[in-house]
Amino acid sequence: MPSERRLRIKTLVMVLAMVVCANAGDLMLKRGMSQNGAVVLTAAGLAHAFRLTVTNGTIWIGIFFLTGFMVSYMTVLSWADYSYVMPAGAFGYALLTLLAVVFLHESVSPRRWVGVVLICIGVLLVGQTKPRTTELASEAVA
Amino acid sequence: MTRVILALCVLIFGSTGGEIAITCGMKATGEPAQLRPRALLQFLGRALCNGWFWAGVPLMALSFYALLVLLSWEPISLVIPASALSYVVGTLGAKYILREQISPARWAGVLLVCAGVALVAAG
Repeated sequence: MPSERRLRIKTLVMVLAMVVCANAGDLMLKRGMSQNGAVVLTAAGLAHAFRLTVTNGTIWIGIFFLTGFMVSYMTVLSWADYSYVMPAGAFGYALLTLLAVVFLHESVSPRRWVGVVLICIGVLLVGQTKPRTTELASEAVA
Repeated sequence: MTRVILALCVLIFGSTGGEIAITCGMKATGEPAQLRPRALLQFLGRALCNGWFWAGVPLMALSFYALLVLLSWEPISLVIPASALSYVVGTLGAKYILREQISPARWAGVLLVCAGVALVAAG
């Protein structure tokens, strides 16, 4: 397989892993923090929020998914451009909307559909550029 | 309002600064030999020995805490659209700090994604 094509495919797989883990993690964190209530910005309030956060199981599930996101994110950044990976990861917002319509039969506002279309076009545009425009450390040494 | 703007700045610049530092660390680490658990663990071990990685972690942690605080104050439909500005800040960082080549197509894509994320999250 040509190296350019192999680079694109492995970058795509890692970006998909990032998207799934990040969305699942954010959803769990939002649920967990809502269970805890609003954070009060005083020393006692912050300490109380910290105690509630570390004892909340939903937040730990969120942290597990966000760890998966971090590992896939670190891995893809070892070979691909940051300016390529970062916008490509936004595909998750479009994917969540499509899943909400197909599986949850949610109604989606026209404004949100416009946003989904803009994200898809943006990701396609970024996806057509070269995933790597800088030298790898090994190449720079050689 | 001032506290929300301040927390948003911490969220955007903390996450962008942290991600750029981690990108420097990952580029210096080099890619894993294989995408298998053992090779990935060795790769993560090498990455954890890199100073750039540890420069990025506190910035990311600060940004994460700002996100948690913002989510407890404001609805997610306000927090995520406002934080979409990090796509533009991150691309500027990639160009001027990481020296990546940002072609017009990539800039156009980033701006569309930024606007799209803001619209989707605003509902």
